[in-house]
Amino acid sequence: MAENTATAEEVKEIISEPLFSKKNRKLVTDPLDGDNPITVQVLGICSALAITAQMKPALVMGVAVVFVMCCSSVVTSLIRNTIPSSIRIVVQLAVIATFVIVVNEILLAFVYDVAKDLGAFIGLIITNCIVMGRLEAFATGNKPWPSFLDALGNAFGYAIILLIVAFFRELLGAGSLFGFKVFEAIGLDYQGNGLMLLPAGAAIVVGLLIWAQRSWNGYVEEA
Amino acid sequence: MAKKSNSYVIIYTIILTVVCGSLLGFASQALKPFKEANEAFDTKKNILGTAIDLTGKSAKDVEKIYTDNVIASYVVDASGKKLDIGVDKVSVPDEYVKPLAERKLPVYELADPAEPGKTAYYVFPMWGFGLWDSIWGYVALKADLATIQGTVFLHKGETPGLGARIAEDEIQSRFKGKSILEGGKLAVVEMQKGEGNDYSGEPHKVDGMSGATITARGLNDMLKQYFEAYKGYLSSKGNQKMSLITQ
Repeated sequence: MAENTATAEEVKEIISEPLFSKKNRKLVTDPLDGDNPITVQVLGICSALAITAQMKPALVMGVAVVFVMCCSSVVTSLIRNTIPSSIRIVVQLAVIATFVIVVNEILLAFVYDVAKDLGAFIGLIITNCIVMGRLEAFATGNKPWPSFLDALGNAFGYAIILLIVAFFRELLGAGSLFGFKVFEAIGLDYQGNGLMLLPAGAAIVVGLLIWAQRSWNGYVEEA
Repeated sequence: MAKKSNSYVIIYTIILTVVCGSLLGFASQALKPFKEANEAFDTKKNILGTAIDLTGKSAKDVEKIYTDNVIASYVVDASGKKLDIGVDKVSVPDEYVKPLAERKLPVYELADPAEPGKTAYYVFPMWGFGLWDSIWGYVALKADLATIQGTVFLHKGETPGLGARIAEDEIQSRFKGKSILEGGKLAVVEMQKGEGNDYSGEPHKVDGMSGATITARGLNDMLKQYFEAYKGYLSSKGNQKMSLITQ
């Protein structure tokens, strides 16, 4: 009897939980800093190194990942009780792959140049550990709304790092931002640093970012 | 039906496949006209890009430059005879798999914007294979049909930072001014192994790409093969004009 009451209260609590409760807000804000997928969990590094030589592809990649993650998290969460556990990874992949291909088609139709720049990397969102990781760790066990927020937070956490890295790489490497020649515009003769445009430059920027973030928020890797 | 039973899993998979498949089919069909328009525009841009500087030009400008400066486009066969089909009916990758003698070969004649109406460049589309996947491009020859005016190379999946550099202006410009003729015969313009060497005095040698030898080899093969394929066209033109190719 006591047990039943407890369950009923729990249910009531879940139903009456406001959309932006503290818990839900944390789902979005945590991955932006303290639980960032790139700088803290060190996931999705491959694409973070590959497409951050310029701001524009980094932005498009960020938007694409936000879209794919939110859609696939919500869909996975909606069908979570029907998915047979023996093929759940396959189902997650199918859901992600569908959205990724849709994104690729849309990019090819409307921003052809960017789609060509991103090339294989849009397709590789399918294997981006962040997307699959959140589906497996969160969306398969939670309701659509929290899953959506979790996906949004993680995708933004990913996108923000992409943009920060791309900002430094394009500025220092090519002296421009979104293709706009910043140094030329303010009348400085700037010789681009070619290293920044190579993947090695990205690794250095990501490393420095991780250092800066950890000395700021005091995050320490648990042994 | 129990969630763990095989039939549940199978039916679940089938439904999933059908739903995802139809979604993708619908998306692909609905967006097809946009994609085709983009591809057609991209082709125009690449053809012009071999000889005319397009930096800072908007899509509308490029369309106008194309209509103004592409004064003729036609398809020739291996002997150089004009065929009665339009260039848009010929797919370069489809022709690539045929033997050299049977290929239909598109040619674009470009005028220089400074001298409208007069053929200044001949642009030849090409197709080949790099390290991982297809590479392709356009090569413009000057009116002497011997000197390379410019090149545009593209690729599907060459390694970023290495072979993918063939798509960069800096690499493409290394071909500028090289000659495909030597003593009245076709000479092979070749990218060399190693990078940073000065080949400015060598009419057929091009500075290589460090770390991308196999992509460069694919590029060399492509150039060699296609100038061989266009030999009939080049000599027929040469005979009429300045008999450059005598074989």
